[in-house]
Amino acid sequence: MVRRSVGDMNPLGERWTTDQVLALAPDEASRRAGGKLAAPGPWSGTGADDGAVWGLCRGSGKKPYQAVVDIKGPAFRCSCPSRKFPCKHALGLLLLWAGDAGAVAGGEPPPQWAGEWLAGRRERAGGPGGAAAGSGAASRAPADPAAAERRAERRMRRIGAGATELEQRLTDLLQSGLASADRAGGGGSWDETAARMVDAQAPGLATRVRELGSVVASGPDWPARLLEECALLHLLGRGFLGIEGLPAPLAATVRSRVGLTTEAAELLAGPDAATVRDRWLVLAQQDSDDGTLTTRRIHLRGERTGRMALHLSFGGAHRPLDLALPPGLVLDADLAFYPGARPLRAALGERYAPAVPGPVPPGCGIDAALAAYGDALRDDPWLESWPVVLADVTPIPGRDGEGWQLADADGESALPLDPRCLGRSGPWQLAAISGGAPVTVFGACGHRGFLPLTVWDPAPVSL
Amino acid sequence: MTTTTSPDAARPAGATTSTGPAAPAPWSALVNAALLGTERRLPPVAVRPGQGAAAALLDAAAVSTVRRRAALRPAPAGERPAPAPADPRPVLPPAARRRLALLLADRGGSGGGSRRGTAPDLTELLPQWLAAANGHGYRAPEALLPALLDAARARTDLRPAALALAGPRALWLARLNDAWKFVLRGSGGPAEPSAAADPGRVRRLWEEGLFAERVALLTALRRRDPREGLELLVTTWATERAEDRLLFLDSLRDTLAATDEPFLEQALSDRSRNVRATAAELLSTLPGSALAARMARRAHAHVSADRSADPAVIVVEAPHECDAGMQRDGVAPKPPSGRGERSWWLGQLVEAAPLEGWCERFAGRTPAAIVALPVADDWRTELHDAWCRAAVRQRNAEWARALLGAPAAPAQDAEVAPAGSSRDLTKLLTVLPADERARWVAEFIAAHGLSDAFRMLGVCAVPWAEPLGRSVVDALDIARDAGSYPWSFSGVMGLAERCLDPAAADRLDMLTAVTDEPEGASPGSGGYWSEAFQRLVGTLRLRATMRDELAPPSGDPDGRSAR
Repeated sequence: MVRRSVGDMNPLGERWTTDQVLALAPDEASRRAGGKLAAPGPWSGTGADDGAVWGLCRGSGKKPYQAVVDIKGPAFRCSCPSRKFPCKHALGLLLLWAGDAGAVAGGEPPPQWAGEWLAGRRERAGGPGGAAAGSGAASRAPADPAAAERRAERRMRRIGAGATELEQRLTDLLQSGLASADRAGGGGSWDETAARMVDAQAPGLATRVRELGSVVASGPDWPARLLEECALLHLLGRGFLGIEGLPAPLAATVRSRVGLTTEAAELLAGPDAATVRDRWLVLAQQDSDDGTLTTRRIHLRGERTGRMALHLSFGGAHRPLDLALPPGLVLDADLAFYPGARPLRAALGERYAPAVPGPVPPGCGIDAALAAYGDALRDDPWLESWPVVLADVTPIPGRDGEGWQLADADGESALPLDPRCLGRSGPWQLAAISGGAPVTVFGACGHRGFLPLTVWDPAPVSL
Repeated sequence: MTTTTSPDAARPAGATTSTGPAAPAPWSALVNAALLGTERRLPPVAVRPGQGAAAALLDAAAVSTVRRRAALRPAPAGERPAPAPADPRPVLPPAARRRLALLLADRGGSGGGSRRGTAPDLTELLPQWLAAANGHGYRAPEALLPALLDAARARTDLRPAALALAGPRALWLARLNDAWKFVLRGSGGPAEPSAAADPGRVRRLWEEGLFAERVALLTALRRRDPREGLELLVTTWATERAEDRLLFLDSLRDTLAATDEPFLEQALSDRSRNVRATAAELLSTLPGSALAARMARRAHAHVSADRSADPAVIVVEAPHECDAGMQRDGVAPKPPSGRGERSWWLGQLVEAAPLEGWCERFAGRTPAAIVALPVADDWRTELHDAWCRAAVRQRNAEWARALLGAPAAPAQDAEVAPAGSSRDLTKLLTVLPADERARWVAEFIAAHGLSDAFRMLGVCAVPWAEPLGRSVVDALDIARDAGSYPWSFSGVMGLAERCLDPAAADRLDMLTAVTDEPEGASPGSGGYWSEAFQRLVGTLRLRATMRDELAPPSGDPDGRSAR
């Protein structure tokens, strides 16, 4: 069977919608800056062929910036010094191209500076395994399997030592009482413990420990929340220390929660690779930024299987986010789920066709959503929430900005909105779109309530 | 966690640790034990052999946590909001919808820096975008209502247009959020409430509606029949608050009719001074009103032509007192500090007297001839200022034209705005028809440059008609050649970006080149001017694109002329 690349499926080249372009923006400021550059004024030498757009943008310096976008990736390059990715020039160029059929001329071959980069990319993409998720981390076989095994064993021992130390820290706390965590001005000492977990090569434990520090300062009822988190951390530590006795899927969950990762390339191409092909509807795409690392979370739902999936990608100063999928698109592709008792995270494999706009997803009611979360907890007790599409629910705005609910259109069941979303404009957008009528909402249903991410109007609107 | 948990959830929690067979302690008991510490008191949990009490407590807490999370029950639904009223207006075309999102996202983004760069200032384009979208009769996309309301909250100048676009759903939404209370007070809601057709609903809306709804209702009724609207207003007039009375009165201005006179006469004895003053002002603009006649009589008694002189001279004898009758008709007795009270009273009388009456008073002379007459004893400035205010108040174009004179006349400054005058040429200009106004300002700029033209430009119809656009661009070009910095003209530049006809963009393109700086120019000014003109051209092109995006989608998509 002849494998065809995405570009071949559409010889005329797909022209993106402006929404697609805007969804690529790493943050609101870039969106704004890109929007300003989406006018012919600063641009010269613009052009496009069936897979790329390029142009020169006059900036504050003498030399114009050279921006080029490979729309099949998508991948971006610009000669500007911005750390944002894609930068405002690439966004502005794409917006110009997407917004106005006449603004960027087609037909001309790319100039040399753009052509070289594009040719380099296409060459790599044509190579073996090039289509796999576009991540630069090709599956490299370990040079010395025995040494690799020794390294892995050493790491397991170190994590084990870390988990034991953490157990001690938790039991000490419970012996002297949670009240002492408050008195001791908890935060600092938790950070110290977190650093110990980083040393023990258990980043998953480190993250959870760091969060304990903020729980103490999280307002009334903090002792209950602290006990919950300590108990779950204890459960994870015990689980890791007794991992030999766990069934394989649960052991995999514990491993990944502790911070042992699996290479995406191994999932897709390794000896145990098992992929699921489906038409995956993009339910949500959100970026979060902790200052050094941008995490992009793309939620997907399989049309045929009904399975939920979560694709994570990470970007930093020197490592751009490589995937952008605005909500509402459908992707005919292979996904490989990371192993676990309740698989959710997945790596993106072969894509069989260009993404096309998809339908409003089917959803469930409030009771079923809570049951889905409860069911998922049976497999993975550490789950904070489970992704759910709610259909026919009515947003009920709360008084004084608190106590928002989503209620079944018929019946008396309701879910509170997760308090973390209440300070933002999302709930109000939800209310505005609903106008008191039932809507379809995607979000995370968890013990803190429902965190809405997308609402259908009927086009998807990110909240 | 606000979801309720069934107290004795029998569902298996599926946690992976196992506890003893004893009935699990309630969660609150576990929390209390954890707060206190296991050193002080033994926790209410089963401790396995070889396990510390603290670890046993953590085990039990883990089981309880997962069990409670897995057994979450739905909360009882609160009271659902009443459905929002339908808005039958069409949705925006997709491109225009994205444009609105961009314009709203840019709110207040570019403040701070003195140099504005070459990118268009999106914030400044929002008002005209809103006006154009309202012109097409679109409704705002629901998803953008929160951002639109936030923008309107921050900028009062946006409110009428933003709320018109937002429509009834914004009103619905604003009732739910205290931050948007202003919507319920402000005017500019739905212009034509369907309720106006049904007398029962009219009455109910008038008595129970929000202020914004009531003003909208009154305006709609008045448009159909001024008498009907007034009848409605009179039913509750006595019980309205003073500030509401003032706003209701003000809303009559555009639909003023002779039948309003008795009501307004009555309002001259209102409890509130502002209401009285507004009633008097409205009456003075009502042709043939008794108040206008009284004011004419008073004014004419103090201003006359001295027929014995040749050529004729206007003689002014200012009033010596402000009697009760004058005060009732809206004349303020106390002058602002620094003004003599007699000239203050005179000015108010002349301002409120119908201008037509002066032609008769001065032997059938035209306004231009009357304005040209000499005035005895330094009263000229005072008298002409009052006529200017009267021309504005009475929207009298012939008088405005006469008082404005020829824009290019030499010594125009001394002529139309002499020392000590409070005359407002810009207001006077608003009385002229749009094309005449643009022509006058164009000639004014050609003769006097841009320095005094900023406010005048602000009242010219957008887009600027020729020759106005051309004269502004020429004046900017001259300013560049003179070697000054462009930010000395940033006000006019900003106006030009918003008001020039987008079709001028191509003609302006040549100005964006960096030119050689003229002799003695401010250093670097050439580059800054080039940048400023680039922004001007870029903004004009963007405005053309925005305008085209708003065109209804029925037309052929290739016929767009964005460039």
